[in-house]
Amino acid sequence: MLTYTIRRLVLAIPTLLFISLVIFLLLELAPGDPMANVPLTVPDEVKQRMREALGLGEPVHIRYIKWVIQFFWVEPLHIINNLFGTSFAADAQRVISWQSRSPVADIIAERMPQTLWVVGMSYLIGVLIALPIGIISAYKQYSWFDQIGTFVAMVGFSVPTFFTGVLLIVIFSVNLGWFPSIYDTTHEVTDWDSFVFQLKQIVMPVSVLALYNAAQISRFMRASMLDNLNQDYVRTARAKGLKEKTVVMVHVLRNSMIPVVTVIALGVPTVFGGAIITEQVFKVNGLGQMLIISIQGNDLPMVQTLTFIFAILIVLFNLIADILYGVLDPRIRYD
Amino acid sequence: MTDTTQEPVHSSNQTGDISRSYWSDVWRQFRSHKGAMAGAIVFFGIIFATLLGPWFYNVDATFIDIRSRNQGPSFDHPFGTDQLGRDILARMMAGGQVSMAVGMTAMLISLILGTLVGVLAGYFKSLDGPLMRLTDLFLALPLLPLLLVIILLFRDPLNAAFGPEGGIFILMVSAIGITSWMQAARIVRGDVLALKEREFVLAARSIGTSRTMMIMRHILPNVLSPIMVSATLGVANAIITESALSFLGLGFPPDFPTWGRLLFDGVDYLQQYPERVIFPGVAISLVVLSVNYMGDGLRDALDPRIRGR
Repeated sequence: MLTYTIRRLVLAIPTLLFISLVIFLLLELAPGDPMANVPLTVPDEVKQRMREALGLGEPVHIRYIKWVIQFFWVEPLHIINNLFGTSFAADAQRVISWQSRSPVADIIAERMPQTLWVVGMSYLIGVLIALPIGIISAYKQYSWFDQIGTFVAMVGFSVPTFFTGVLLIVIFSVNLGWFPSIYDTTHEVTDWDSFVFQLKQIVMPVSVLALYNAAQISRFMRASMLDNLNQDYVRTARAKGLKEKTVVMVHVLRNSMIPVVTVIALGVPTVFGGAIITEQVFKVNGLGQMLIISIQGNDLPMVQTLTFIFAILIVLFNLIADILYGVLDPRIRYD
Repeated sequence: MTDTTQEPVHSSNQTGDISRSYWSDVWRQFRSHKGAMAGAIVFFGIIFATLLGPWFYNVDATFIDIRSRNQGPSFDHPFGTDQLGRDILARMMAGGQVSMAVGMTAMLISLILGTLVGVLAGYFKSLDGPLMRLTDLFLALPLLPLLLVIILLFRDPLNAAFGPEGGIFILMVSAIGITSWMQAARIVRGDVLALKEREFVLAARSIGTSRTMMIMRHILPNVLSPIMVSATLGVANAIITESALSFLGLGFPPDFPTWGRLLFDGVDYLQQYPERVIFPGVAISLVVLSVNYMGDGLRDALDPRIRGR
């Protein structure tokens, strides 16, 4: 198992390098010029020098290698600096945003907590809703609970998040006035009232994402439970005289969770992708909104770094899913 | 001599007529799936409404009548008018045509790509490794950010080449197609791998069938059912992606209505005129929901283990 994990980790490095190359070359085609906002009175030679100061004067392959060094070596060192107060690579060139002229990593670090809060909460709640629904739907197959669950899951899966979000705003902010339609990230929780306000503003974005996630996961949970409920070992467990609760909640559930856990792990990066839209709807200034702003503002280093972070998430959680599958299911051993 | 050889052919034809054919069997099973039938009725209803609607309700979707702007539903304008006085019902029908066209074309592209990669990887052992690595690589790409980037990059050159509407249509359709073929490829490859070991393929090879004929006559018809299921689900996926991109402001231009674009435009007037968001939103959701139900029914209908019951 350990050798498998190490081999997969080693294999992930060329994959990620290749993806970063693809993203880099794609952005290389971009028509945008970082000097577009500089006044026309600035002479061309000066503009050329400013471009070179941004690292744009060199050929493609050198810039790519420089970017790789900045991303994989300089930026992690700066993270260590921030954590432990050391000063590695203090004068090394960092990845600089064209819009704000500050290091990309600092902006991302500013915006990370909002995204993590909203996305993390919604995924957690989605999973917590989905598992019981899936279990009950499977155990009482074709009952009214199962029928309603199936229908709600189908609706939750089909209705796009940008519509559910807008619909919730129409109902709960415009008509009922219960929740604010804009997520205020400068809000700080100091006492009970501000905590209630925080709770109110996070309800809508979280429930939009949670509904979407719960719909998918509950379907998987139901299918997996149904596969296991007809197995021979379940009959054996019942024949031994075990309580029905023990049979379902211990024997069947543990075996059904194996594929579901991997699905949950695989879903994490997609949730970050889905958060792009939800953040746009509720005006959460997280990573997704940053991506949209930098795409519209032609801020290529930012776009590249953010896209690549999403790619890392996908590769990482694929790896986690595969390893979890091996750990949970003793029949599957990678050698 | 000729008589004796014709005889069995004739009789087998007759038994073929009497016994139920494969597709009538599938159709019978599909019809018994209530959700799938309801989905099919809603889906084709919406298609007919968007295609035939403009024949009965011929109001120009782009005609600006600034005097009658922001009107509620009335006899002249059943869905009301928008902030420039354009008729919303006409815009919904025009937008539906574009959204459906994008969905269908993008699905076709992704299906052709997926089937090609899947069949090649499954049938030719030497291609299996590289093609599947390619599929894994595409699966590891962050698709929504990349789609946004692709549209940012190629919008202007394509608009210059094909005009603002044609350019963005080609861009949208190919971008969605290129980023959504992987699931179909994986499923098709798995099925082809299993089919390749079957006796009828061996028999076909033993009489000297060429590779192309083998794939066209024997392999492809047998992987048709997973392809059809992923085709239906592909339409839903493409429509959602198109409207998500339009919703983020990176889709079709403002004077060119699609459902996603209408929704995006309606968000600005959310407080005063919530129905402008709800009409296109409900249309998108209904289409996707009905397509998903159809896909569900089709999967059951094409699965021989379920159909037997």
